[in-house]
Amino acid sequence: MLELKSIDAGYGSFQALFGINLEVKAGEAVGVIGPNGAGKTTLMRVISGLIRPTRGAIAMEAHDVLATPAHRIVDLGIAHVPENRRLFPRLTVDDNLKMGAYMPGARAKYAERLEFVFDLFPRMKERRSQMAGTLSGGEQQMCAIGRALMSDPKLLLLDEPSAGLAPVVVQQVFELVKRIRASGLTVLIVEQNVQQVLKVVDRAYLLEAGTIRASGTSEEMMSTDTIKQAYLGV
Amino acid sequence: MQAFLDTFDIFLLEAIVNGILLGGVLALLALGLNLIFGVIDVTWICYAELVMIGMYGMYYMVQVFGLPYWVAAPFAILLVAALGAALHYIVIAPLLTAPPINQLLATGGVLFILQSFATVAFGIDFRNLGIRLPVLAIGEMHFSYSRLLAFAAALIGMLAIYFFMKRTYTGTAIRAVAQDRQIMSLMGVDTKRIYLITSALGGALAGLAACLLVLQYDVHPFVGLSFGPITFLICVLGGLGNFVGGFIAAFVFAQIISLGGLYSDLEWGYVLAFAFFIVMMFIRPAGLFARRS
Repeated sequence: MLELKSIDAGYGSFQALFGINLEVKAGEAVGVIGPNGAGKTTLMRVISGLIRPTRGAIAMEAHDVLATPAHRIVDLGIAHVPENRRLFPRLTVDDNLKMGAYMPGARAKYAERLEFVFDLFPRMKERRSQMAGTLSGGEQQMCAIGRALMSDPKLLLLDEPSAGLAPVVVQQVFELVKRIRASGLTVLIVEQNVQQVLKVVDRAYLLEAGTIRASGTSEEMMSTDTIKQAYLGV
Repeated sequence: MQAFLDTFDIFLLEAIVNGILLGGVLALLALGLNLIFGVIDVTWICYAELVMIGMYGMYYMVQVFGLPYWVAAPFAILLVAALGAALHYIVIAPLLTAPPINQLLATGGVLFILQSFATVAFGIDFRNLGIRLPVLAIGEMHFSYSRLLAFAAALIGMLAIYFFMKRTYTGTAIRAVAQDRQIMSLMGVDTKRIYLITSALGGALAGLAACLLVLQYDVHPFVGLSFGPITFLICVLGGLGNFVGGFIAAFVFAQIISLGGLYSDLEWGYVLAFAFFIVMMFIRPAGLFARRS
């Protein structure tokens, strides 16, 4: 479904990604794990067009992502839940969800998508007229994921969904990810919480210092010595 | 009714009502400026000059081409809306990432260009529509219909903007851009397009104000100076970019001007308003209704 070929990217003179090759097949859940500053967020931003790579190619199904204007990439079926959620704090939950359905194709299905999101997150229905900035951390994550789902995406990009949340809430967030997977969506998830993320994904890539150091199924990754020592603490 | 009016100072009451009527138009101007600042983060120093161009548009359509006022008004609004969009496209868009001082200087430059253009193209004569609306007399108080009309139309204009911002996708996107512009492309929103629409809306509000002000004031190339500065004071006092704050501040200023004018000359009303502003800037430098962060 999504394929990245030898992607180089960075900010100004600082290069954050070096020759990244990555693939996500339809129906899969794929994780990208690695330490702080490894380039995980940059990777997500490159896919959704927030920054453009200096080299390489990205294909989403038959479409060339790099030839698509940034604001049309969501139309290809890619929805990005950014790091730190980035809700519009002084808009209501309803208005935040409405922004997720901004594209003409999504507007037509607005009512249907809203029902889908409220089914998935009943809490959002209770909070719909509340300002997003006043939600709790876990609720904000639900709202951010809900906003992304409003565009009826094929591929959901999740950037550190557990960051900044209390341990109990982290558990809930990974439960949410499981539920989203069960609804048939393809998911690419970036996480520092390696132990948790390997439980919900099929495959994972290890990203360190802007290059992919290892990849494999969750079981393979969990049994790799370097990952065990550095990330799982066993 | 008469007994009630007798117990009041008629002139005081008249001044208060006239202050409220003035506040409507000032609030309309402040909303336009706040919209631009809140969303695009740019101050249009030349905002009142857009109003001046709109007033000339009305003058030419009504006096020279003989169009009825009601037919000319929508064209004037469209004209200034197009001017607002052009201002953004030509002057602001290339300077979006420039330091704020450069943007201020650029729109300040546009102010002088528009004033000089008007002087050369239209001359320095004072012109008017030649329309004299009757005066409404309640007891011994007198209110001109042109002010009542201006107040009502300004309120309708502001309500229209309110519903546009609340109900439509584009309006919601305009509010969203004001809060987090970097992630707008993730929503499928073309920020450039939203800026252009916002600029056209700001222009349309200036155009509406022009249609209303041209009934009360003569047009000349420097007419912008009579309400440009006061509009800025209102926006700053209400908190730049704060729509509700600007609305309330407009009525506060209008009352000061109107009541100050009652006890002395109208000019003293303006002196009082500016003095009040300076004092307030010491007490609440971020505006009356600054959001606590």
